[in-house]
Amino acid sequence: MNTQRRQAMKAASAWTLVTLVAAAGWLKPGDAAAEDWNKGAFDTHSMDETLKALGGSPPAPSKDIVFFSTPDIAENGAVVPIGIRSSVPKTESIAILIEKNPNMLAAVFDIPPGTDPSLSTRIKMGQTSDVYALVKADGKYYVASKEIKVTLGGCGG
Amino acid sequence: MPDPMKIRANLLGDSTEVKVLMSHEMETGQRKDAQGKTIPAWFIQTVKVTHADKVVLAAQWGPAVSKNPFLSFKFEGGAKGDKVRITWIDNHGDTRTDEATIA
Amino acid sequence: MMLRTFATGIAATALAAFIGSALAESTTDEIAKYREALQDGNPAELWEARGEEMWTKPRGPKQVSFAACDLGLGAGVVKGAYAALPRYFPDAARVMDLETRLVWCMVHQQGYTEADATKTTFGNGSAHRSDLEALAAYVTSQSRGVRMNVALDEPHVHDMYRLGEKMFYYRGGTHDFACATCHGDDGKRIRLQDLPNLTKLEGAQKAYTTWPAYRVSQGEVRTFQWRLNDCFRQQRFPELEFGSDASIALTAYLAGRANGAEYNGPAIKR
Repeated sequence: MNTQRRQAMKAASAWTLVTLVAAAGWLKPGDAAAEDWNKGAFDTHSMDETLKALGGSPPAPSKDIVFFSTPDIAENGAVVPIGIRSSVPKTESIAILIEKNPNMLAAVFDIPPGTDPSLSTRIKMGQTSDVYALVKADGKYYVASKEIKVTLGGCGG
Repeated sequence: MPDPMKIRANLLGDSTEVKVLMSHEMETGQRKDAQGKTIPAWFIQTVKVTHADKVVLAAQWGPAVSKNPFLSFKFEGGAKGDKVRITWIDNHGDTRTDEATIA
Repeated sequence: MMLRTFATGIAATALAAFIGSALAESTTDEIAKYREALQDGNPAELWEARGEEMWTKPRGPKQVSFAACDLGLGAGVVKGAYAALPRYFPDAARVMDLETRLVWCMVHQQGYTEADATKTTFGNGSAHRSDLEALAAYVTSQSRGVRMNVALDEPHVHDMYRLGEKMFYYRGGTHDFACATCHGDDGKRIRLQDLPNLTKLEGAQKAYTTWPAYRVSQGEVRTFQWRLNDCFRQQRFPELEFGSDASIALTAYLAGRANGAEYNGPAIKR
């Protein structure tokens, strides 16, 4: 058993059947999720690269994409609240990209018809950076951005 | 067995608001431990939310989603007593499914 | 000519100061917005759920649950218990805070050794979890909305309160710091962190009633024992022993000063 698998098993808190099967080498770790997870998209360092991986086209800036409950300054970059609302008609997906992160794409949300194109979550930011809300609507791409300053609290913890 | 999620599903007019807290390290794979060794990446990759056998939200995540992820969104429909089901799968192949009743 | 330059100079300085303070204020406002946005989903709830599950399970060598544990309001009674801690427990002949009382129950009722019960006081990731932090999250959540009512007139608690008060103002360590050095005045901060003035009622109440808290920078729920331990570290004091009389004295002092305030934890902080 290679070191990576051993580490993976040590780290995983649960011995699910999949994990056991993976350890036996019958299944590559992550295969259960593999078809749904776009590996290439989460390994990009520019808007262009990310769009290519997502199969998209250069986005048009849109005032119909707004950030809500998203502060300008995050006391700690480990948890930055982000709320995005798209009023672009036929919004199909919302993606969050962080310019200065080691990998730009943080998350992609598929919005089926009947679901509000509005969501909040929390992301990690390595440093002060522009954050992009990339919306796919009716096959076309739109974007809005916001700068969020990141600071570490003074008490060093 | 990974820890259960905390899910709240509330009817707001014609829509159901879902708020969920997941228990997960969301390790980026960028950190090093006290001995200088890189702590391997360990994070939720896919999330699926269903109501009445219909997918109301699907997501792909990278490790930049915060530890112990929080997610909040709304979908049209739902009635008190209905179930909302959420499943996550991480890069180890671990998975967790939890249900909540719409209140 | 000189007068005009002088007047312009003063105006410029005043303007700069005004802009400076306006910027500082807007920074504080933005940080307040950050803190508010965090309130919407507190990962501490995950700890509360774990703690609640632990509370009812038989555990330890004697397989006894915490239903037998008296936190001051009767065996197994959790509701409102934290708001009245620390308190004197005759069976232990000691003033105890929440964690020392939990450890006492683990040792005397569940059969753990002191060492095992305190093996992991402060958790570090999912591989090194602290049962005490989960239990504290649960127990304190059951005091939400209850007004702090530490029995300061009870003689043992009174003594601890007085000792804690002395400690609060006592300067020591390599930097000649006291708690009061950072927490004894308005408007103090460390880098961008505003420090509560614990000598004022409002500061004392707001500070104590928001611990334990999910500390975003730690990714963990941290308790008041942790907060004091970390303050000692930052003051370059010797390590504050977990559950020591010193920690309980300071807790008794700060909890007592928060009497009357509504307890609000577990909270979420940076």
